[in-house]
Amino acid sequence: MSATTQARPQARANPPLPGTLRLGLARTRYEVRGFFRERDAVIFIFAYPVIMLAIFATVFGQDGTTIDFGTDSVPFAQYFLPGMVATGVMLSSFQNLALAIAVERDEGGLKRLRATPLPAASYFLGKVGQVLVSCVLQVAILLVVASSLFDVPMPDDAATWGTFAWIFLLGTATGAVCGVGFSSIPRSGRSASAVVTPIVLVLQFISGVFFQFDQLPTWMQQVASVFPLKWMAQGMRSVFLPDEAAALEPSGSWQHGAIALVLLVWLVAGLVVGVRWFRWRRRDDG
Amino acid sequence: MTSAPAVEVSALRKAYGEKRAVDGLDLVVDQGEILAVLGPNGAGKTTTVEILEGFRQRDSGEVRVLGQDPATAGRAWRSRLGVVLQTTNDLAEATVGEVVHHFAQYYPGARDADEVIDAVGLREKVGTRTRQLSGGQRRRLDVALGIVGRPELVFLDEPTTGFDPEARRSFWDLITGLREDGATILLTTHYLEEAEHLADRVVVVNAGKVVAQGAPADLGGRTARQALVRWTAADGPREVRTDAPTAVVRELADTYGEVPGLQVLRPTLEDVYLSLIEGSSTDPADRDLPTTEDVR
Repeated sequence: MSATTQARPQARANPPLPGTLRLGLARTRYEVRGFFRERDAVIFIFAYPVIMLAIFATVFGQDGTTIDFGTDSVPFAQYFLPGMVATGVMLSSFQNLALAIAVERDEGGLKRLRATPLPAASYFLGKVGQVLVSCVLQVAILLVVASSLFDVPMPDDAATWGTFAWIFLLGTATGAVCGVGFSSIPRSGRSASAVVTPIVLVLQFISGVFFQFDQLPTWMQQVASVFPLKWMAQGMRSVFLPDEAAALEPSGSWQHGAIALVLLVWLVAGLVVGVRWFRWRRRDDG
Repeated sequence: MTSAPAVEVSALRKAYGEKRAVDGLDLVVDQGEILAVLGPNGAGKTTTVEILEGFRQRDSGEVRVLGQDPATAGRAWRSRLGVVLQTTNDLAEATVGEVVHHFAQYYPGARDADEVIDAVGLREKVGTRTRQLSGGQRRRLDVALGIVGRPELVFLDEPTTGFDPEARRSFWDLITGLREDGATILLTTHYLEEAEHLADRVVVVNAGKVVAQGAPADLGGRTARQALVRWTAADGPREVRTDAPTAVVRELADTYGEVPGLQVLRPTLEDVYLSLIEGSSTDPADRDLPTTEDVR
């Protein structure tokens, strides 16, 4: 029982482990910094909705064409802005995480983290924090461009901004969680964008982001109704279009209850799938 | 006795389908020692180490790492381990300083991040993005991240693969320094000279079992270490395997004066290792010895 100085474990006092929330914040800072350094991805994610808005508003909105709904009408740019906001949120949350986590897993970054005492919850908090920061920035840029360059009127009452806030936050959370869940599907980091991009594109086409939703074939509207993007876009239309424009919706109303329900269902489903099937290692790594 | 072993493994088994990757492996790593695990690809080294690190579940057997079962151990246990995995290319956009400082936050009682950066010799690269590091520098960063939490036990998986000889030398100094700080080190490697230089003890794993263990100089037992005396007699080359090469040479000198074609050969660790993993025979005499070193 000779107590040599070699007995490090006993000699060392046991300071408490760093808290999950504190590490979540540290991860957020780290993730945000890393995200903004991947310049090509940042430019794509931030510029894409802005450029799309500019193209669609310019091409379809030339000669002052408007979208009419009975008593009133809105310019094209105003009609497309909600869809671009919804798309921007999906890019910054779902696509961003589905790709980034797949690549991180492929490169061994997740495995490295798994070997440290970093709690899984802190890792995910960091991802959510990063997504939130980029979504807020993304939408802010989009709204500034829309109102300053395309004269799209912004809502002027608190209630409408309240609607915007909950749809934005719920949509961001749903997109992020689904992105985490989806990241386990691609076989490798390299194949991730080949798997994720088409899904994002198809959803954009059928969810009324590029076209007027009410003019899509009924079956396409029904398919789109299964996925969250259609509901995000609809919710954003309720924010940025006059109330009378609800007449253009297939149901004739904004359906805030249904929007909340569908997004929540996807949020919970994404959480369950994400937690149940999340992999810290590549598939070929046993 | 002062303390329990850092790692204790008995009758460890792990199968992937039909393939028994680890097949009744026993292993003890004492506190403060450097143990090198050698073995061919597919011998079960990585599977074993990953079970010890808590990455994989075992099928059966007893495993204790720092007194706990890795399959159920939690964050507090992880904070006492340092894991350096095989080469990765993650963390690309962060700088060396940022990564080391960031990882230090994960641990209670971490080392000072700047001291760690100095210790691994990356001071000049502290502001460099990790994607711009060379292979050797990158590996040093891996080690920095593995030791920044002041681990009691460090796992190093093939730490110097792809290093030039000079980088390998300075890396060895780094590892030796860790041991002087009191850490226990378990390292897997393909380089016999690395095991010989660093390790207090070597364990050779083949087909999921430990086939030999001991200090690098004793591995394989006495017969495997016998010297070989070769010379050219009137009727052609002769050789004798012996424990007393000096006596044999003296005898030859008495016979020949200047002995034609005299060579005294001793098996290197590599010869012994190769004979160990080539199946039943532990006697290098059954094999050619083209890579032995001359003993003056």
